[in-house]
Amino acid sequence: MKKFTVLMCAILIAFVAFGSQVEIFSWWTGGGEEAGLLALIKLYNQLYPGVQVINATVAGGAGTNAKAVLKTRMLGGNPPDSFQVHAGMELSDTYVIPGKMEPITNYLKEWGMYDKFPEDIMKICSYEGEVYSIPVNVHRGNVVFYNTAIAKEIGMTTAPKTWKEFFGLLEKAQKAGYVAISLGDTGKWTATHLFENVMLSQFGPYKYNMLWTGDQTFNHVALTEAFEIMKKIVPYFNKDHAAGDWQDASRLIFEKKAFCNVMGDWAEGYFKEMGWTPGKEFGWFAVPETDVAFMIVSDTFGLPKGAPNKENALRWLKLVGSVEGQDLFNPLKGSIPARVDADKSKYDVYLQWAMADFSVKALSPSIAHGSAAPESFATMLNDILNRFVSDVNVNQAVKSVLEAAEEEGYLVK
Amino acid sequence: MHKKKKWLGFLIISPTLVVIGVFVYGFIGATVRASLSDWNSFRKLLSGEFVFSGLRNYERLFADWRFQTDMWNTLFFTVFFLFGCLLIGLILAALLDRNLKGGRIFQSIFLFPMALSLVVTGTVWRWFFAPGILPNDPAGVNVLLGQVGLKSLQWGWFTVTDTIGPFNLALVPVIIAAVWQLSGYTMAMYLAGLRAIPESMTEAARVDGASGWQIFWKVKWPFLKPITLSAMIILGHISLKIFDLVYSMTGSGPKNVTDMPSIYMFEKTFRSNRYAEGSAIAVIMLLMVAVVIIPYLVSTLRKSD
Repeated sequence: MKKFTVLMCAILIAFVAFGSQVEIFSWWTGGGEEAGLLALIKLYNQLYPGVQVINATVAGGAGTNAKAVLKTRMLGGNPPDSFQVHAGMELSDTYVIPGKMEPITNYLKEWGMYDKFPEDIMKICSYEGEVYSIPVNVHRGNVVFYNTAIAKEIGMTTAPKTWKEFFGLLEKAQKAGYVAISLGDTGKWTATHLFENVMLSQFGPYKYNMLWTGDQTFNHVALTEAFEIMKKIVPYFNKDHAAGDWQDASRLIFEKKAFCNVMGDWAEGYFKEMGWTPGKEFGWFAVPETDVAFMIVSDTFGLPKGAPNKENALRWLKLVGSVEGQDLFNPLKGSIPARVDADKSKYDVYLQWAMADFSVKALSPSIAHGSAAPESFATMLNDILNRFVSDVNVNQAVKSVLEAAEEEGYLVK
Repeated sequence: MHKKKKWLGFLIISPTLVVIGVFVYGFIGATVRASLSDWNSFRKLLSGEFVFSGLRNYERLFADWRFQTDMWNTLFFTVFFLFGCLLIGLILAALLDRNLKGGRIFQSIFLFPMALSLVVTGTVWRWFFAPGILPNDPAGVNVLLGQVGLKSLQWGWFTVTDTIGPFNLALVPVIIAAVWQLSGYTMAMYLAGLRAIPESMTEAARVDGASGWQIFWKVKWPFLKPITLSAMIILGHISLKIFDLVYSMTGSGPKNVTDMPSIYMFEKTFRSNRYAEGSAIAVIMLLMVAVVIIPYLVSTLRKSD
């Protein structure tokens, strides 16, 4: 018993001595993401040597497992000091509206960061005029990646601007014996990812963005047209699409079995990891008819109410929002910085293309990645698309989307 | 003295009673309560305010196309899984009971899959049954079929959306994997049963001139009946609640062909934040298992009285 008491005291003392901690919660557990996170932690340690960083990660693609763990912790009143979350509704609907987050607008202003981010992205990160999270990185969702060797074979000279041109290419690729467009929808969200881009092309960024603010009705011919286009895409998929995820779909392009694939630009990082050089073995263009827009998928960090080490959490936020932090993290992760004043020379040719577009194009929030709509809507849309890809019933799908939108309180009249 | 003993006994088991009371029955109660609430967003759940909404969540579920598919899937999965495990388990046990050479080794081999976690089984069988891009670029089992000249049997496995009535054919590979994993278990149970049959019984039957088949059906099988029932109960509650195997092997599949109530429950609760509806699925699953287990418990209790 005595020994036990001594041991407990020792642990307690250790806690007090190294008491200064900060717990950072994320799902960055592998590849460039992990490297980026670790580099940030290292920089944090250099700047604040007395603080111990607890790197709390939960593995799992797109954070599905991590989010479940986080919800349980937030519900139990045991929040981490700061956590990774997709910008937009994933944060607002789940945590901001129930009053679980601290607004950080004033801190951003104090650190002189507030005007260093594009206005559109700040809007996505805000709720009722207050900013609740700092974007660390930006991925572009509306990109088509293609195998340049196949493109040459089927005689593609310029990037297709319209769906008509695009379908022409798909047809040629299929005739040449390739999978025209690859998909891996085991996790369901990839089909939604493709569809939201088609939706963006039909609504246009202006109306698409207004869908989520309640200023544009879902009950619009563009929705039906989007499903019609989707219906035309379906026959060009690899037949085993249900057996893979997005990596498998990208791998088909890498193995010269598939011509192209619509994916966020984390696929670019994946191609590079497999040894390809951007612009050489693989090319890219914006999803047809969405060239004016930039579908944003952005990871952000916020400040939960009751964070045990608020002071240190603020230091973390300041670091991830700084130019050094963003230029350290993003080249490793293969994404672009959310700040507009980052150092372009640190990024590869693809990322420079994305950066150039990021600063001038209309920014649209992604549904599949939690920015545009609450998670419940995204899940319903996943289910609708999952069904649509097999039975291509346009009327049924449109009806289901309208029902889902009505349930979430969006405009459907 | 006797009374004192009784009190002591009660005292000793009381911590267990409290723990089970709180963490099992208390939480079942909380789940039922949640399933009758309107906690269908994180905000409402966090507010903690209980608004009774009757059976609305249940009504929604039963009207939901995906949930209907799930119920059919569970039914077919359970039936084929039980049947497969019992049949293969029985055959293996009968073979091993003949004390053939090397039987010991095979006994272990048949039991090994049980030692694996269902997630491992799911992942591995997913690789086996991934169809590849047919017909030119098969993968997994399809490669094997192609090499032995059975190209006509190459098939989309768990990616197909074909059905026979309400039965989704994509469930077949999942059932194969599940049977592979748990038939060793039924084999062990049957083998124990067979070995417990006194030698004199079979001896007597043999002297009376019964054939091997007759001995099995008329003498041995009656001994195995209670074992079959126990195996059905144990496997039945596994299959009604199955999550890990299906989730890691196929997920929901296209058009929810391999979706299960447990997967839907997980997605409803932790992805859509619809805690009330998720709880409703949990309650329905509990009831399904209860339908299987309670009659069994009642009959066992009666016997022990």
